[in-house]
Amino acid sequence: MDNSVVIAGFGGQGVILAGKILAQAGMNHGLEVTWLPSYGPEMRGGTANCTVVLSNDPVGSPIVDSPTGLIALNLPSLDKFEPTVAANGVIIMNSSLIQRRTKRKDVRSFSPALNDLARKAGSEKATNMIALGAYIKVTGIIPLSTVQTAMTQMLKKEGKDKFIPLNKKALQEGYNALHE
Amino acid sequence: MGERLLLRGNEVIAEAAIRAGCQCYFAYPITPQAELLQHMAVNMPRLGRTFVQAESELAAINMVYGAASAGVRTMTSSSSPGISLKQEGISYLAGSSLPAVIVNIVRGGPGLGDIAPSQCDYFQATKGGGHGDYHMIVLGPSTVPEAGQLTMLAFELADRYCTPVMLLADGMLGQMMEPVELPKPIEIGSLPKKEWATDGAKGRDPNIVLSFDLDPEVLKQMNLILQKRYRQIEAKEVRYEETATGDADIAIVAYGTVARIAKTVVKMARAEGIKLGLFRPITLWPFPSQALRKLSEKIAMVLTVEMSAGQMWEDVRLAIAEQAETPFYGEMGGVIPTPQRILSEVKKHAG
Repeated sequence: MDNSVVIAGFGGQGVILAGKILAQAGMNHGLEVTWLPSYGPEMRGGTANCTVVLSNDPVGSPIVDSPTGLIALNLPSLDKFEPTVAANGVIIMNSSLIQRRTKRKDVRSFSPALNDLARKAGSEKATNMIALGAYIKVTGIIPLSTVQTAMTQMLKKEGKDKFIPLNKKALQEGYNALHE
Repeated sequence: MGERLLLRGNEVIAEAAIRAGCQCYFAYPITPQAELLQHMAVNMPRLGRTFVQAESELAAINMVYGAASAGVRTMTSSSSPGISLKQEGISYLAGSSLPAVIVNIVRGGPGLGDIAPSQCDYFQATKGGGHGDYHMIVLGPSTVPEAGQLTMLAFELADRYCTPVMLLADGMLGQMMEPVELPKPIEIGSLPKKEWATDGAKGRDPNIVLSFDLDPEVLKQMNLILQKRYRQIEAKEVRYEETATGDADIAIVAYGTVARIAKTVVKMARAEGIKLGLFRPITLWPFPSQALRKLSEKIAMVLTVEMSAGQMWEDVRLAIAEQAETPFYGEMGGVIPTPQRILSEVKKHAG
């Protein structure tokens, strides 16, 4: 398996954490992984993003010309990364904030209302986890329970234990929101 | 096998330094190596070791000089502009034959530059950024686990040869996360005693650590000792890795971050029928000239790829001379060459 995903959005939408959780889950699942954040001036105001590569083999390049997946939490992120997605790849676009459809005809695209789903799950802050739940549902790369465990590990490590139940629920709701 | 942890390069270098017995760490913060300093700030005091956030880079490197003189394992870290500020101190460390580890998480330059990954400090690291006839051993890790292993090795080599050793990585390796099994901690008590250290002269003759003599003949002798040591290092410590070079028609030479991207390019090229190999220097000084020369005797096209204007390329051409074609592809200013970009360069020169 060679899966590479760009997770992008405004700074503060949690794309960096979502990527870390996916990478941790991939590692726990026995895969080789890399997680590469954007850490430059992009972090201030524009789009924050990170790239996660999951593979059965040791990962060479952590930067990817054509990712097999894109999670775009806002319009600037979709505009920027949509053209790069590999043919037959997956795009998850947040229809709560993105009004347009994808211009790509050669990808599988999904437009869940991620912010609305997160609000229903308890807090808009969990938009990133709704997105991640949806992504693993449509790609089937890692079981939901593995991702939930990785999230728990990661939030504990960062001292954010109190957000674990909300995020667990959000992963589940995101997972339920889409069909493969 | 130890536990696999998902960690940033910066964190792994810091943790490896602790496990290598680093007793004193001094630094001044700078992006993109901040997590390294953070890890040390949290963990060194907890272990009863010394962490000082110095008032400047100059102060930090001179604190390293002091700790090294006292015979303990010591380290500083910074990124490009900060490393420039440390050059005087590095020259003094080399001149005084003091073991110390210096980490440079390189960012775009020159000047203030930016905070994106770069390899533009190769000259400074390998050709002596400070004054005088000196070298330091320079290690270029390519992955997060290797950053940990080479940090351990850096301390070992520094002690063995009484020399400063630089770990030369870049912002991408510092910031990215990858699974890693941390190296086993050494027993600090098991390290050989440094008989030359200025650690209290009670009951023995005083030791003197210095890089100074006004008599040119004496200073010449001091230099000859350094040069003899450099020849030993060149003979014994060259490290490199070859990937898919056995049947290759064209080879990339790349180190660090670019080398790992090039590993992906090797797969992509071979899927298209291009017999591409990779030669990766691990020690940048001493540079693996002989091995590269040997490789160029069977591969006629050797493409150097760097995140610089062609700094390592000079060493590649010195090694290969006229033996093979030696084209170059580089990016500058913090731009990372993607696998596709490198592949298209390979195609320009393949067959």
